[in-house]
Amino acid sequence: MTADYDVAVIGAGIVGSAIARELAGHQLSVALVDACDDVGDGTSKANTAILHTGFDAKPATLESRLVRRGYRLLSDYAAPTGIPIERTGAILVAWDAEQLATLPALKDQAAANEYHRCELVDAATVYQRLPHLGPGALGGLTVPDESIICTWTVNLALATDAVNRGATLLLGHRVESVDTASPRTTLHTTAGPVTAGWVINAAGLGADHIDGQFGYSRFTVTPRRGELIVYDKLARRLVDTIVLPVPTSRGKGVLISPTIYGNVMLGPTSEDLTDPTATGTTQQGLKSLLDKGSRLMPELLDEEITATYAGLRAAIDRADYLIDADPAQRYLLVGGIRSTGLTAGMAIAEHVLGLLREAGLQPEPVAALPDPPRMPNLGEAFTRPYQDSGAIGADPSYGRIVCFCERVTEGELRDACRSMIAPPGIDGLRRRTRVMNGRCQGFFCGAEVQSIFEALR
Amino acid sequence: MSIDVAIVGGGPAGLTAAADLAARGLEVVVLERESAAGGIPRHSDHLGYGIRDLRTVLTGPAYARRLVQSAIAAGAQIRTETMVTGWAGQRTLETTSPRGRERIESGAVILATGARERPRSARLIPGDRPSGVYTTGHLQNAVTLAHRTVGSRAVIVGAELVSYSAVLTLRHGGCHTVLMTTEHHRPESYTAFTTAARAGLGVKVATRTRVVRIVGSPALRAVEIENLDTGARRTVDCDTLVLTGDWVPDHELARSAGLDMDRRSLGPLVDTALRTSRPGVFAIGNLVHPVDTADAAALDGRHVAAHVLAHLDGRSRPAGGVRLLAEAPLRWVSPAILPPDDPAPPRGRLLAWTDTLVRFPTVVVRQDEVVLARRRLPWPASPGRIFRIPAAVVAAADPDGGTVTVSLS
Repeated sequence: MTADYDVAVIGAGIVGSAIARELAGHQLSVALVDACDDVGDGTSKANTAILHTGFDAKPATLESRLVRRGYRLLSDYAAPTGIPIERTGAILVAWDAEQLATLPALKDQAAANEYHRCELVDAATVYQRLPHLGPGALGGLTVPDESIICTWTVNLALATDAVNRGATLLLGHRVESVDTASPRTTLHTTAGPVTAGWVINAAGLGADHIDGQFGYSRFTVTPRRGELIVYDKLARRLVDTIVLPVPTSRGKGVLISPTIYGNVMLGPTSEDLTDPTATGTTQQGLKSLLDKGSRLMPELLDEEITATYAGLRAAIDRADYLIDADPAQRYLLVGGIRSTGLTAGMAIAEHVLGLLREAGLQPEPVAALPDPPRMPNLGEAFTRPYQDSGAIGADPSYGRIVCFCERVTEGELRDACRSMIAPPGIDGLRRRTRVMNGRCQGFFCGAEVQSIFEALR
Repeated sequence: MSIDVAIVGGGPAGLTAAADLAARGLEVVVLERESAAGGIPRHSDHLGYGIRDLRTVLTGPAYARRLVQSAIAAGAQIRTETMVTGWAGQRTLETTSPRGRERIESGAVILATGARERPRSARLIPGDRPSGVYTTGHLQNAVTLAHRTVGSRAVIVGAELVSYSAVLTLRHGGCHTVLMTTEHHRPESYTAFTTAARAGLGVKVATRTRVVRIVGSPALRAVEIENLDTGARRTVDCDTLVLTGDWVPDHELARSAGLDMDRRSLGPLVDTALRTSRPGVFAIGNLVHPVDTADAAALDGRHVAAHVLAHLDGRSRPAGGVRLLAEAPLRWVSPAILPPDDPAPPRGRLLAWTDTLVRFPTVVVRQDEVVLARRRLPWPASPGRIFRIPAAVVAAADPDGGTVTVSLS
């Protein structure tokens, strides 16, 4: 028997999960379909994890509006779900005359994006805020509300909420072809057919491929590789604010940011590729990061490196989100969602619902929705189980630290394995608990974590 | 709770210190974050342990058990699954264990947190992120303690003592080592090991070679290696990669205490009495000299005991002291402070680490541009292992003079 839904959302990243959650809050049967065996295993897992104010968006675009709205929605959603956010603020630092001259225009641009709290500051103020910055900064622009967030928890909270609201999560369902015969559309997936009234394409790196299945060739997704270096927690004393580059005609530099896990991140590089699976790091990429980092913050390079990553962004050949409904085929594209999608996701979901209403779908809201899920805290700035006497008293497994570097307890590993969307493997467990993400990368705990995971699943 | 001595880390150094101090009637608690004390030797299941300290030859696990038994027999308390998560005072530690959160006040703290190998990320080896990539610690935990199997074809990065320990572990786990790589001109280990491994285990060592790319997703398929002299690259098929050596001290507690650090070894700066910059806080073992063999680390524990007693008796660390500094090709020397009260370092030796092989080294010691000593040593200075220097070479240092440098010629 073929599973049949009112709406199928392709892609269980942050955007797809937010859409599925929004729609499942209405009288609709919703399927959330993903090719991978875990949620958030594509572009969503390796972005720069910044909650953006949208100060630097292109004014009057859909992206500008949705990032602004999404910032508020996600900030509000973070409180009941326990998604960790730290309001670190950001400073754009100008290193040459051209960059310095660009700052006032960026302040105006922020205002055009309805963000009015940017301030131009002189070099002395920059160094006061960032005493470990390398020499040569000429001035800066502050963005007090830029924040750091846990991208993994955002994705999991939204997807868990969608499932709690009744959406069906279909992982390991890679869409290979689409049969658009009216009145139902059938997605032929690697795990069998999925039939739906409406199909929403939030497939990220695969969105152009799916779009082609509906007869379109309106855009091409270019996998844009960004390599990142994550420094040891002992580096966190060097920087408590996001240090942003000033975009100029000669391109964009790299940023230095505290991470929500208590580390410091340097990156990303930016390199257009053709292979959407090329998530490896490169010698040139890492070298270029070290070169740039040594000028931005020389002391940072004295600290130990905890991890290196390469993430892919779904770049498209236009300057705005491409969100468009095709009522005739009951098909809606959510394309070109770059790294701002982490912030904008929930607003994109609202926008999608609006477009569906315009197209004639008039679902009634569900009267009594379940509470949002309470997610385990992965934020270093907030209390974690190993610090919580009450939690350990009630359950000693929260006092049994398995991963020493990240201080992850056996109780947290168990909770993750028993959660609504359980991890399919160690990588998924890492994103749910931080286990093995620390400075030793498994030297001490790797074997034990594997054994615990296998015993629990 | 309040005790005489808190020892952070139940490896060879910490356990030996615990046995010695407890035998003198002190209340000693060892805080060990793993489920059993013993440290790295617990998972090194081959002979070679206990030579210098116990005057016998044991396997790693047997050696670990022996040290645990001695500490307990002497009256020390060993608390496992107890991790020190931070400081709540000069000598007060915060811990987490299944029994809860606790503050432990002590008269003296001994940091014996050891060292770990740098993982692939910290070595900046590019490429994919497949399974099958290990450090020796991870590998030995998996094979020796968790009884897991790894792959069948391994490449090992490094050719020092620990690298051969990895070869033995892999063989025990049914995995053949197809190649060892070292960036040096010669393997760092003793010739006896290298020869035995080549003849007995069929292990080849590619010198002047580094791994430049990891290939495979989701599982390791191959590594690309490069000859440092010619730039020539080739691909070696393998399903297991073990990154050995390249030790970094587990210095988080030392740094979070704000102790003076040695920028070269990355451990806390200690004087010859193994005293750190904070009164009553000592640092021993591979935290201060990453890394020496387990038996030598253990003997730090014996050495520090008298100085801990002196501190508890109210004798404070004298002010001042002369700084010892390594010069190329030496990377670091430890202990790096000669205090005015002038105790000898552990075993009467300074320990140093060299970045290049010097087959017939002459140690040159200078202070204020005057050569204090020039001494030819009969053993080579080899990368990947500790170079031992008789402390007599610094005997003539002026306690009121400038920095003393140690180099090789």
